Amino acid sequence: MTTVDFDPGAAAARATDAILHDTLHGGERGVVVDSPPGAGKSTLVVRAALELAGAGRPLMVVAQTNAQVDDLVLRLAEKNPDLPVGRLHSSDADAYDPALDALPQVRTSAKAADLKGLPVVLSTAAKWAHVKVDEPWRHAIVDEAYQMRSDSLLAVAGLFERALFVGDPGQLDPFSIVGSEQWAGLSYDPSASAVSTLLAHNPELPQHRLPVSWRLPASAAPLVSAAFYPYTPFRSGTDHGDRRLAFAVPSDGSGPDRVIDEAAESGWGLLELPARHTPRTDPEAVRAVATVVRRLLDRGGAAVSERTPDPAPLTADRIAVGTAHRDQAAAVRAALAELGVPDVTVDTANRLQGREYDVTVVLHPLSGRPDATAFHLETGRLCVLASRHRHACIMICRAGVTDLLDDYPSTEPVQLGTLVKFPDGWEANHAVLSHLAEHKVPWRA
Amino acid sequence: MTLITTLARLEAVHSGRAQPAATVRHRHLSDHPLVFVPLTTAGETGAPLGALVGTDRDAPRLLVVPQPRDRDLRFQFLADLADVVLPHIDAYAESVEAAERTETDPETGKRVKVTAELCADAPQLIVPSRAGLDFVRLLGRSMRFRRTAEQDPDAPYPAPPRVPLLGRWLTHYGERARVPGSSLLLALTDVLSRHWATGQSGLEDQHLGALLAWIDPPQDLTGAEAARRAELARDADGQLLCPPAGPATDPAFDNRLLAPAIERYDRARSALAAAEDPLQADTRLAALTRAEREIRDLVESRTRPTWDAVWRGLDLLRALPAGAHVEGRWTRDRWSFTAHRDRVLAGEPPQPRRDDAVTAANKLATREREQARLEAQEALDDPLVMAGRRLAGEAFAGEVTDVVMAYSEGKRPSPRPLVTVRTDDRPRLAERAKVYRSLGGKPQSAEFVGYESDGALVLRILDKMGRGKEPEPGSVPDKGDRVCFTLFEHEQRGGAKLPDPEETPWTHGGPPGEPAPEAPDPVTEEDVL
Repeated sequence: MTTVDFDPGAAAARATDAILHDTLHGGERGVVVDSPPGAGKSTLVVRAALELAGAGRPLMVVAQTNAQVDDLVLRLAEKNPDLPVGRLHSSDADAYDPALDALPQVRTSAKAADLKGLPVVLSTAAKWAHVKVDEPWRHAIVDEAYQMRSDSLLAVAGLFERALFVGDPGQLDPFSIVGSEQWAGLSYDPSASAVSTLLAHNPELPQHRLPVSWRLPASAAPLVSAAFYPYTPFRSGTDHGDRRLAFAVPSDGSGPDRVIDEAAESGWGLLELPARHTPRTDPEAVRAVATVVRRLLDRGGAAVSERTPDPAPLTADRIAVGTAHRDQAAAVRAALAELGVPDVTVDTANRLQGREYDVTVVLHPLSGRPDATAFHLETGRLCVLASRHRHACIMICRAGVTDLLDDYPSTEPVQLGTLVKFPDGWEANHAVLSHLAEHKVPWRA
Repeated sequence: MTLITTLARLEAVHSGRAQPAATVRHRHLSDHPLVFVPLTTAGETGAPLGALVGTDRDAPRLLVVPQPRDRDLRFQFLADLADVVLPHIDAYAESVEAAERTETDPETGKRVKVTAELCADAPQLIVPSRAGLDFVRLLGRSMRFRRTAEQDPDAPYPAPPRVPLLGRWLTHYGERARVPGSSLLLALTDVLSRHWATGQSGLEDQHLGALLAWIDPPQDLTGAEAARRAELARDADGQLLCPPAGPATDPAFDNRLLAPAIERYDRARSALAAAEDPLQADTRLAALTRAEREIRDLVESRTRPTWDAVWRGLDLLRALPAGAHVEGRWTRDRWSFTAHRDRVLAGEPPQPRRDDAVTAANKLATREREQARLEAQEALDDPLVMAGRRLAGEAFAGEVTDVVMAYSEGKRPSPRPLVTVRTDDRPRLAERAKVYRSLGGKPQSAEFVGYESDGALVLRILDKMGRGKEPEPGSVPDKGDRVCFTLFEHEQRGGAKLPDPEETPWTHGGPPGEPAPEAPDPVTEEDVL
């Protein structure tokens, strides 16, 4: 898959330069950037913010969650400790990361008026929606724009004249807790993503794409690209052999150990449990997940990557478990606590968005299910779960999911005027499963 | 489906009877609801075949379209329907009381209280099933842009006077029915399946006959048997004993009974038109009346069982006491009714075909807020619903085993008592998670501190203890008290204010411009027979 003349660093730099050029000197009111997993989205946001501020143009930054805002503030402070930054926060207790209080150049306030005149002010879309200004900001950066709902953009779009929209189109779409079929097909469907509304009304806006994933290893990028981004392929920034995962303790021959070795070798592993219909918190699958995590830690893993010349130990904070539902995450946490494993992140796909780990262990969303609902088939869910890792991803799944997919072809009603998303979850699931089948290890040999 | 619903459905299968899914009634029921049982013509979207409508269970008004593809007869039906529905609405619209509501002052931008008229009660409309809701919307959509001869003397097919107004009201009811927890327009199958769990699927629950068979089966049958009979049993002529609740009719009825009757009616009508002398016309008019009578009887025979079933379902629901928050939600329905009455009185145009960007976003925000409010209120009103939330780890109930007084740090220490709760529930509590309990109808919040060694939970009470150094009596639970905390908030915050439609930003296509009066749908060849 490697071509000799492809220099990922140069390709990424070219894309970034073009984006910054359009943002700083372009004539359009908006610029859209699609970024695959781990392609340096946050780095781009920070750089664009610094360049705009450096050019004397005050700007506002809109992110979706408080954690994302705090993360951007910390990155900005790290890159340029002299730049005064405003962090607008809600009036709740613990509204922002207390680490910000230690930074002298960061001013925090629950009132926008207190932050007036600062070169950069950051907050969540929800908080910005309550802000009123006499004169709009000349620039804005909207982060995670594909996870932002159209109605949420409607509430803040009056605050700025022009904006850079950055996001990952392959991750989970925004959702609403009530039906919104009534507006399906309207260009401004309030439950659609902010980017789809923006582009429907402003099709002439320049659209860019970051072409290189620095997170995903060479073993994962082709599969994730083909399965979830078929029309906008991307590459990994590293090559085969640049990253290695090795374990000090040899395999004991059990299913979990063999799947760990398979994943260390190839980047992917599928631990298959016997076919069975189970409740969501399938006790056997949950135990399998916990056992794999426990063995990953017990076997003294070491990760070699382009970041460090020496192998870095695979510690609990470098491992994450991903599930589809919160009760599954709770069950895995309980099982890990029983096995005496603290500090491993266990969360749902929604909450793992934007995060990065060395190894991920994933409970497949369709494992043990008697039906394949739209929720479990959602392309973004599987994409998030399969693209959080720098080294290896291990899926835990009951057998028979391919049959389940064939029994439940997509039956969502077709809505006129809506943009049909490709690939659909059905196809993406098949693509991932057929690849994983080559790295299958049975639970009990 | 939540775990507790699954359990209730399994129990229903096991016992052969629907199991209660609620101990109180979670929707408002009017003392005089207007029940509407419509039927539609197969293959003709929006062509009503007939309906039973009224507020008196013993004397429904039967409306029939003997030839549903005849525009004039269809208009006659809609005019008759308006004659039943609009006086009912008007009666409620006239009786008002003074009420307060908060509005944004256009000059200062501050929220101020203003006195406004609020209708003392609102008319409630009940249809048998969810398909009935859609039919109400469809009727509203088909009528509200029609022009009457008075509005537009050149209109090619002027609608009878009050028909466009009926269309606007039905549209308003159809839209309101999309707001979670509203009761202005209810589909009975939805309300019944909210309160009882049957041993069949949610899809099967949409059959009113089968649903009632599970909830209240005849003595000698189980719910499953009775439901099966309601769905499938036919008489000697091959007709369903329990006709579908509509608006769609059973094909066997269409083919064997309705189609021949309409054909006889058509023949009688042409014969009358071709009559050559008054005597012949008299006889033929009698034949036409007979043919029409026949169709009326057929329509009544298919709607009357549903009509009776709707009232039976209402009786079952009335046996449950109303939940504590139901009245408050009904007041919101009254505001909604009053607001639409005012729009009509102010001479505003009918609701547009499509919402603009700001209206759509506001509607979605309202519905999401109402959904969250409904879920919280149903749990607070009903221990059985709360049990479901506890089982899902979203709430916990237990006994207070210890209370230790503690104070916040700072210049003026406030009470922050630590309360230990022993519970058998397994709430999904994250570190420093907020939990809430209802204290005199208001939510009191607390913070999760940690687990004791025996698994008991320690909470720190945060508010509603008064301004003094010592908490007000009764504001902190005592040792031995039973308490129930939820992980979800009890009250919903209002969302941010969206821009006015005239200020729609460039990302959403800019301002929609002056609204052009919407033209009625153009007449196509299919419209004219």
